[in-house]
Amino acid sequence: MKKRETDGSVLKEPNVKYQTSQTTLSEYLRKKRSFIYRTLGDRLFSYFIFALGFIVILTTIVMAIVLYKDGAEAIKRYGFFGFLFGRVWDPAMKIEFGAFPFIVGTLITSIGSLAISFVPALAVAIFTAEYSPRWLAHIIDNLTNLIAAIPSVIIGLWGIFVFAPWMRDTFYMNIYMWILDNNPSFAPIFGNPIGYGIATATIILAIMIVPYTTVLTVDAFKKVPKEQREAAYALGATKWEVVKMAVIPYARGGILAGVMLSFGRAIGETMAVAMLIGNKNNLPFSIIGPASTMPSVIVNEFREAVENIHLSSLIAVGFYLFIISLVVNLIAAYIQRKFSLTGARTV
Amino acid sequence: MIEMSRISKVNNVNITNTEKITPPKDLSLRLESKKLSVMYGSSYGVKDISIPIYDKKVTALIGPSGCGKTTFLRALNRMHDLTQNARVKGSVLLNGKDIYAPKVDPVVIRRKLGMVFQKPTPFPTMSIYDNVIAGLKLVGIKNKLILDEVVEKSLRHAALWEEVKDRLKTPGGSLSGGQQQRLSIARALAVEPDVLLMDEPTSSLDPQSTTRIEELIHKLKKTVTIIIVTHNMQQAARVSDYTAFFYLGGLIEFNTTSKMFTVPDNKRTEDYLTGKFG
Repeated sequence: MKKRETDGSVLKEPNVKYQTSQTTLSEYLRKKRSFIYRTLGDRLFSYFIFALGFIVILTTIVMAIVLYKDGAEAIKRYGFFGFLFGRVWDPAMKIEFGAFPFIVGTLITSIGSLAISFVPALAVAIFTAEYSPRWLAHIIDNLTNLIAAIPSVIIGLWGIFVFAPWMRDTFYMNIYMWILDNNPSFAPIFGNPIGYGIATATIILAIMIVPYTTVLTVDAFKKVPKEQREAAYALGATKWEVVKMAVIPYARGGILAGVMLSFGRAIGETMAVAMLIGNKNNLPFSIIGPASTMPSVIVNEFREAVENIHLSSLIAVGFYLFIISLVVNLIAAYIQRKFSLTGARTV
Repeated sequence: MIEMSRISKVNNVNITNTEKITPPKDLSLRLESKKLSVMYGSSYGVKDISIPIYDKKVTALIGPSGCGKTTFLRALNRMHDLTQNARVKGSVLLNGKDIYAPKVDPVVIRRKLGMVFQKPTPFPTMSIYDNVIAGLKLVGIKNKLILDEVVEKSLRHAALWEEVKDRLKTPGGSLSGGQQQRLSIARALAVEPDVLLMDEPTSSLDPQSTTRIEELIHKLKKTVTIIIVTHNMQQAARVSDYTAFFYLGGLIEFNTTSKMFTVPDNKRTEDYLTGKFG
C-alpha cells in the first residue's frame, strides 16, 4: 500500500483513491518529521565523527608534547638551536650530543633518493597511464605497489646480502681504484669502498619511494580531462607532445603531491637505512662512506643509551624529526593547493 | 508550436524566392566524405555518409542526440584513431587526397583541420600567448617576431584581442567561459588550418558569448572552411550555408541551408525541423 502511494503512475490517475492517499501521505510526512528525517541519529553520528577526528588531532599534539618533554633535558642543556646545529655526537667519551650530523645525513639521503627516483617514477607513470596496453599497465601497477608492500627490514636484508656487496664489487671498488691511480686527493671525499654507506642507502631509499611518486602521478594523469588530451591531439600533437603539453602540466599538483609524500617517506624511513648506511655519527661524511640519519641513530642507539642525557638526546632527535616531517607535510599541502588543477589535494 | 513554425516557414519561403542560391558549380570542393562509416565494435556510429564540404562555406551538421553528427565530425580529422574499439570505413578526401589512405600520418592531417570542442579547452597552466602558439610550437616555429604576429592576428580573428592584449602572460584558465572558447578558436586558427571543425562550440556558453561566436563564424568563413555541429536549429539556420541532417547514424538530407529550412526534400527533415520529433 505504501509503495503504491509513492508510485508516480498511480498519482497521475485522477481518482478518489489518489485524493485520500495524498492526504494520508502528507499527514504522515508532517507529523513524524523527526522520525522521517532521523535528526537524532544525524546528530549522534556527527558527535561521533567529531570525537574521532578530535582524537586524531589530540594524539598528534600529545605525541609532540611527550617528545618535547622527554627530550627537554638535552634541549635545555645544549639549547634549541645549539642541539640542532651541534656537530659532535659522542655518547662514549665526551658525553656530548648534537643532532647536526643526522640532520645532514637525513637531508642528503632523502633529497638524493628523491632526485634519483623522480625521473624513473615519472617514466613508469607516463608509460602505464599513457602508452602501455591496459593488461600490461595493470601488471606494472601491481608490481610497483608491491615494492611499497615489502617490509623495509626485508629490503634492508636484501641490501646487506645482495645489493651492497654487488655495488661494492661492481662500482665502488673500481671507481676507488681509478681515483687512487689518477687523483688520490679525491679519495677521502669519495670514501672507503666497504659497500655500506650513504650512497647505497640513498639508492635503496630511492627504490623504496618510487611507488609513492608513481601511484599519485598515475592518479593525477587519470584525472586529466579527455578534452585536454583531445585538444592537444587536434592541434596535431604526437603522443609524447600531448603528454608534455596537456597531461603533465594539468597533473602537476598530483605529481608534486607524490613527490612530497615520497620525501616524507624518505625522511622517516628507518630500518632499511639503519641497516645499510654504515652508522657513522660524526661529520664529515664522504660520498660512499658511512653516515647516519635521524631515524637510524635512534633505532641503533636506543637500547644502549644508559645515561639519561643520551636517552634524552635521542628523543630530542625524534622531536626534531617530528617537526621536520610536519613542516614537509605542511609545505606539501600548500604546494598542492597552489598548483593543483585536478583536485588532487584530497589525496 | 507546429503552427508557429509553419508560419515562419511560409515567411522564409518568400524571402528565399527573392534570394539567388549560389549553384554548387561555382564552388570548389575542400573536403568530401565518401561512404564514410564509423563502427564501435560491431555497431555503427554512422553509416555510409557522403557529403561534399565546399570551400569557404559553413556547413552545419544537425540532428537529434545520438544521431552520429559528432561521430562524423571526429572522423574528419581522424580523432577516432584515439578510441580503441572504433573503426572507420570509407574515405575522406581533403583537397582530393584520402586522409585514411595508408601511410598518411594522422598528426599531419590534424594540423590541417583545426578543431574546437564543446567545452572550452585552453591549456590552463599555459599563458594566453602560449596557448595561441601551442600548435605552432609543435611544428617548430620559434621566431619571436612571427609568433608575436600570429598571436595578434589569431586573437583579432577570434575577436579576443582587445580584451586580452594587456594580459597575454596570464594563464588561459583565468578567462571567462566565452573568452576561453574564443581562445580555443584562436589557437585552432593560429596554425592556419584548411578546415575548422566545431563540435557544438556554443553549447556551454551564455547567449551573449554565443552571439559573439556566431558573429565570429560569419567573419571567419571569408578565409576558412567551417563545419559546425549544433543542437540548435536556429543556430544552424543563422550561421550555415549548407546543412546536413543526420538521423540514427544515417544522412537523411544534405542541402543548402535556405532550402533545408524552407522546403526540405525529405519528409523526416521537415518533421524534425518543425518539432514533430527529436
